[in-house]
Amino acid sequence: MTDLRLPLADPAALHSGDSVTLSGTVYTARDAAHARFLEAIDAGEDLPVDVDGATIYFVGPTPARPGHVIGSAGPTTASRCDAYSPALVERGLAAMIGKGRRNAEVKASMLEHGCVYFGAIEGTAALLSQCITAAEIVAYEDLGAEAVRKLTIADFPALVVNDLHGGDLYDDGPARYRR
Amino acid sequence: MSEVRTVDVAEVEAVVRKLCVEANHELRADHVAALQRGRDAEESPIGREVFDRLLENARVSAAEQIAFCQDTGYAVVFLTVGQDVHFTGGSLAEAIDRGVAEGYSDGYLRASLVRSPVDRVNTGDNTPAMVHYDLVPGAGIELTLLVKGAGCDNMSALRMLTPAAGVEGMKRFVVETIEKAGPSASPPVTVGIGMGGTFDRAAVLAKRALTRDPTGSPSPDPKLAELEAELVDAINATGIGPAGFGGTVTTVAVHVEAYPTHIAAFPVAINLDCHSHRVRSVTL
Repeated sequence: MTDLRLPLADPAALHSGDSVTLSGTVYTARDAAHARFLEAIDAGEDLPVDVDGATIYFVGPTPARPGHVIGSAGPTTASRCDAYSPALVERGLAAMIGKGRRNAEVKASMLEHGCVYFGAIEGTAALLSQCITAAEIVAYEDLGAEAVRKLTIADFPALVVNDLHGGDLYDDGPARYRR
Repeated sequence: MSEVRTVDVAEVEAVVRKLCVEANHELRADHVAALQRGRDAEESPIGREVFDRLLENARVSAAEQIAFCQDTGYAVVFLTVGQDVHFTGGSLAEAIDRGVAEGYSDGYLRASLVRSPVDRVNTGDNTPAMVHYDLVPGAGIELTLLVKGAGCDNMSALRMLTPAAGVEGMKRFVVETIEKAGPSASPPVTVGIGMGGTFDRAAVLAKRALTRDPTGSPSPDPKLAELEAELVDAINATGIGPAGFGGTVTTVAVHVEAYPTHIAAFPVAINLDCHSHRVRSVTL
């Protein structure tokens, strides 16, 4: 287990299959927020968050109970954002956290621009909520659970899925156990 | 003629409210046991770690009352009603929706439904429930709530096979669907399969099959039970493993339900449920 700070100091040192914990700032965004990011880019407007060097976590949390920072907060399926991610990766997005495969276009874009994709486990959403120490909505509040939130995470467990060397844990892991 | 049993829909509303909160915070004990069996069988170290975290998540979710998963799903309700029951106090469907709205609000659960696939405006209270009614003899009421995550529902599939494709064709379709879903269905999955009927009947059978209690118990039909065991083996041979990181346990249960069908038809519906398998049933 390697403890990493965000932004990543040495992303090239990571390899697909590495078990890590992440600490630092991430922004939440799902399908609806990504669609608005792309509308803003197409309209020549600034994005509501600076994606250069940033990490996006694909999540739409449950409402926080009183006294809690956030509700249940596990990763959602990243491939629903495949249509949008390359435009953000080209603008310097450094890492993404989600679950499930990325398509060839996203993976090529990540390799070209140096973006790492981490996999988290959706069925650990209650545990993951305890790794989030601060949360505030920073854009698109009308989207509710899909609003863009700035999160501070601490010792958030994840695995490196797509590294900067072409490794993909979703290919290599199953290949080892296929009968 | 049997006596008519009168039931106030407020009773149904209260039950739905309670089940929404319970199902989202406490996995059924038999499903936790199925995950534990999966953990014991898993050969991959990362896979075992995934199972350990799922089991720990189940403990924390119940103890701290934090939803097991942030996708608190569609509220799918199977309502089996005796034909001698007379509901009073207003619309039954509206009472179920009120129960869902109250449960999702009181339980701090995510409102995940949009009013239309086109304009995608959130309904704000996770309604409407997706209700399936069955009318049966007698005066009993059985209500099952399945909290259905969308990530795995999205990876489900239905195909109208030919009779010539047969059971072998069906098995290939199941493995193909699991392979295509890969990590996106959040394995270890529970697999509900509906065979036969019509296009629509097969889909409802598949969804209903997911709710079998206990998870992983064999079909009472020996032929279907044998098929279930073969499918578990074939699915686990894919190597997808827990969370899709690779491993020997991709499914913890395959439940197959069959129904009469047409001489020209072999409908097969495959409904996947993720590791957050959330079901609750009550008899009223």
